[in-house]
Amino acid sequence: MTGDPGKRGERLPFGIMGAGLATIERRIPNEEPPPLPPNPDLRVIGRNVPRQNGREKVTGAIRYTGDIALQGMLHARILRSTVPSARVLNVDLEAALCHLGVRAAITLAHPGNRVTEYVRYVGMPIAALAAVSPEAAAEALALIRIDMQKLPFVTDMDGAQTASAPHVFAPDVAPNGHPSGFPAPADLPLRGNVRGPTVERRGDVGYGFSTADVIVEGKYRTHVQTHCCMETHGIVADWRDDGLTVYISTQFTAGIRRELADAFGLRLAQVRVIVDGMGGGFGSKSTLGRYGWIAVALSREAHAPVRLILSRAEEQVDSGNRPETSQQLKIGARRDGTLTAIALSSCGSAGVGLGAGVGDMASSLYTCPNFESTHTDVFVNAGPGCAMRAPGNVPGAFSLEQSIDELAEQLGFDPLALRDRIDPSPVRREERRIGALRFDWHRKRRRTGAPGPIKRGVGVAQSHWGAYVQLDSACEVRLMRDGSVEVLSGVQDIGTGITTVLAQTVAEVFGLEARDIVVRIGDTDFPAGPPSYGSRTTASITPPARTAAWHVLQALFRAAGPLLGTMPAKLVARDGFIMAGHDPAKRLRFSDVCADLRTDSISAIASRQDDYGGFGRQYGNAATAQRDLGGVQFAEVTVDTETGVIFVERVLAVHDCGRPMNPLQIESQVHGGVLMGLSFALFEHRVLDPRTGHVLNPNLEAYKFAGARDAPAIEVIVLQNYQASSATDAYGIAEPSIIPTAPAIANAVYNATGVRLRTTPMTPAVVLSALGRRPKAEASS
Amino acid sequence: MKRFAWTQPTSLASAAAFAETTVADAMVALRPDTHAGHGAVLQAGGIDNLDLMKEELLQPNLVISLRAIPGLDKIEKQEASWRIGAGTTLMAVAGHPAVQARFPALATCLNQSGSPQIRAVATLGGNLLQRPRCWYFRSIAFDCLRKGGGHCFAILGENAYHAVFDNEVCAIVHPSSVATVLVALGASVELTGPNGATRRLLLEDFLVRPKQNVRRENDLQPREILTAILLPNPSASVRMAYLRLGEKQAFDWPLVDAAVILELDASSVCRQGVICLGAVAPTPYRPRAAEATLAGKVIDVPTARSAARTALDGAMPLAHNEFKLPLIETVLRRAILRAANPV
Repeated sequence: MTGDPGKRGERLPFGIMGAGLATIERRIPNEEPPPLPPNPDLRVIGRNVPRQNGREKVTGAIRYTGDIALQGMLHARILRSTVPSARVLNVDLEAALCHLGVRAAITLAHPGNRVTEYVRYVGMPIAALAAVSPEAAAEALALIRIDMQKLPFVTDMDGAQTASAPHVFAPDVAPNGHPSGFPAPADLPLRGNVRGPTVERRGDVGYGFSTADVIVEGKYRTHVQTHCCMETHGIVADWRDDGLTVYISTQFTAGIRRELADAFGLRLAQVRVIVDGMGGGFGSKSTLGRYGWIAVALSREAHAPVRLILSRAEEQVDSGNRPETSQQLKIGARRDGTLTAIALSSCGSAGVGLGAGVGDMASSLYTCPNFESTHTDVFVNAGPGCAMRAPGNVPGAFSLEQSIDELAEQLGFDPLALRDRIDPSPVRREERRIGALRFDWHRKRRRTGAPGPIKRGVGVAQSHWGAYVQLDSACEVRLMRDGSVEVLSGVQDIGTGITTVLAQTVAEVFGLEARDIVVRIGDTDFPAGPPSYGSRTTASITPPARTAAWHVLQALFRAAGPLLGTMPAKLVARDGFIMAGHDPAKRLRFSDVCADLRTDSISAIASRQDDYGGFGRQYGNAATAQRDLGGVQFAEVTVDTETGVIFVERVLAVHDCGRPMNPLQIESQVHGGVLMGLSFALFEHRVLDPRTGHVLNPNLEAYKFAGARDAPAIEVIVLQNYQASSATDAYGIAEPSIIPTAPAIANAVYNATGVRLRTTPMTPAVVLSALGRRPKAEASS
Repeated sequence: MKRFAWTQPTSLASAAAFAETTVADAMVALRPDTHAGHGAVLQAGGIDNLDLMKEELLQPNLVISLRAIPGLDKIEKQEASWRIGAGTTLMAVAGHPAVQARFPALATCLNQSGSPQIRAVATLGGNLLQRPRCWYFRSIAFDCLRKGGGHCFAILGENAYHAVFDNEVCAIVHPSSVATVLVALGASVELTGPNGATRRLLLEDFLVRPKQNVRRENDLQPREILTAILLPNPSASVRMAYLRLGEKQAFDWPLVDAAVILELDASSVCRQGVICLGAVAPTPYRPRAAEATLAGKVIDVPTARSAARTALDGAMPLAHNEFKLPLIETVLRRAILRAANPV
């Protein structure tokens, strides 16, 4: 290995700043730039640079997909099922096609086709049309005539598992594997509505429990959470004879291009996918989706651009959700805290979809020789789930981190001390240490119960998530004769701020400021970028951006060398100048050097290399780093034991994401994760009417999520955790930041009340029931 | 949303002349098998109308805006009462010095209603006349009793947010928290007809229970405009409090709310107590037996607890809303004590 002529040896920063930061020798590819020093030695990376398009966002100037208006654009609407299960006997588009405003109509449920002739949930598309105005589309939609034979249905996960339950799918037409970011294994048996089990096993849990001194066991239930993106799903499809251009609110431009090429028999070069402003995705905009296919098909049919923007109701019913789960978790430990066995039995329902697993929290977070899990997916007649911010690990953490808390109590350990014993991660150890100090954990834990109905408590929980990297991530950097710099990539900014981070990355290389860099992304005409899911955007695209910029800089140095009478290798770029490293007085303005370029512009493209120290796992175009991403959150709550109202006063979130590229934006993302986790814990619940299968709260009023007054004081601490892994050494933060919030709150509620809440959302009704409250409430004022 | 015409008359008389239907009647007229718009409806702030029209539950041919009619947003002192124009925004009512000084419970309630954005536009009259939030009622998919259909879906359905009193016919809860306070304060409504004639009646009598008529929440007639709310001037010995409890801290509908008005004599003995509970019945609910327990008592913790328990008499929780009972008990007990001992 050391003999590989394509690589050279370098020493890179390694370890946690403030806790033994050292360096490590790595062999890195020759085309990679020199190691990046720790953040304190940098000028732009690692600084709180405000969001580049922040002003455009708050003034409304930024262009979202819904703002795209093309010449001759049509407006599409989807006719959706109003019954949860039926066989479609006839779809009559005739009257709708006779409407003067209609330009195209298509059938989606095809009578006679065994796969598509069934509708399986309220809101499932049956037909669609495109018309000259939204009003005309709505009028024409009412003219479509559907004949259906209603069939029995089941909407609740427990009922669906009984022998008498109607079958949501015949076995040969049931989905097999999951299309989006979080895969479900293929080819599992399907009995009735129950698919699986998936079994994971190591060691012998029977033996493990037999050697345990203490065993805790609990049943946990989490309900459906919807993504609630501020911007609903939207697409403008423009089918032309020479190719297809699609404007779409998406987390993955390159993936959409590939899906479109496959679905419509086009070459990749014939498809262009564009996204500018985006109002969130959280996993729900990872793929083209049924609605995306519909818009393109209508555009092809009508020979005109077609706009399809989902309403909030459509969004809540049929754009994915976090599946509900039920988990039975049993953990055994010895008196010294050592875990002897973990057994997890779970089921989940993603409606008519798959992928309702509970992640790898129980199997991976703590050291335990004996582990067994069985999981089944249950079909019900409800809209399909899909990946949602830390899929699996959010419900998985809710059960695991409460069980560990329970175990700590039974063993007489402080919750942090038990984790020190069983958590192998040195990063989380440091996070616990820092967090406990800042939070004043030990004093708050000792606080004794106050009189009166309002009880106060603190809790802690941990996060575990893979540090993902997308290998087919590329970036171009272009330098113009006037000194302007462009960064070009297909990567999209879904609101997390990669635009700003790319500007910082490139500015650092050229010795410029972030505002000097023009970032042009979200377009497949540029080198293919990574998806923005799996918390992998920054880890995947910033190393190639730095590498490409570094190559351009070397070319610039070759031009500057003669001007300064210095060897190009001796030059540095800093503060807007190109200067001799040994003699800063020998310098030229950056723009003056550019003016002397032989061509109008020079550019370089780079793509993501393997992590310098190798990956933990690699599958296809994706990989995970050797170390996971940690995270520890502390919560302080009050519980009104007479009303059941939980109020979260404070959350301290201590996280790591490799090298923090922009702490300000990281803090913003962690705030989002904490709020979404809090909202999952306390409020969010998609309510299905069991008698009709309709979602009863398909709006943002009756579907409750946290508002400003429900927000705690959130403090964020981000470690600088150098891993010597890439040209930027950066990883992601989106998903780790939501995982521990709900169990930290639940543990705090337990600390406050002595009652463990194993169900989300923890509403007043749930809390009062757990407290055993009846109308004859006890004395207090 | 369906197409509609819009007009903005500048006089009450012409607005009333246009208003051939009430919102409630227009919604009943809109049967699932018809697609034509129905009637002309009045609109003040438009918060609820817009919601209903977006859901296509309300498809009027004509919307009559009341915003250009002068004088509907005045707050003035009359002989024995305060007259609040029905077109006054919630924010303006809450911010009025007389309201804050004399009707603090009303100000508290208003400040917790909706969001600042909504309070800046929503009017007091529109708030009282808004239609219920029952999710079956609010969905075009359910042809419920209140929309002229055959039965109540909530009674046997998902009813955690529904009524625990008076819920045999239809289990909505009255949507207006403001009504909870106004009923407790003995407020009256002033209704103006097309010829300028007005009628006045107690708000409590203006509101309609399902057993009286399940298709409307009040007695507003076609061509009639709610023009003012009249609040009897409270005597100096009156204490009051309003308390609400929701799942969220703001921008949420209450699970339970309570308004308590106590008239205390010089030795702090309660001469008369008025209690009104919201979000527990199809109309603001006065537990009169509980009110009676307060008379002649010094308001202390046992008195408050006893009254709060008595208020639960006759409750008939549905499958998913029994949790409201301890909430009623707690909220009412706290409201009584807060009225007696303002913070």
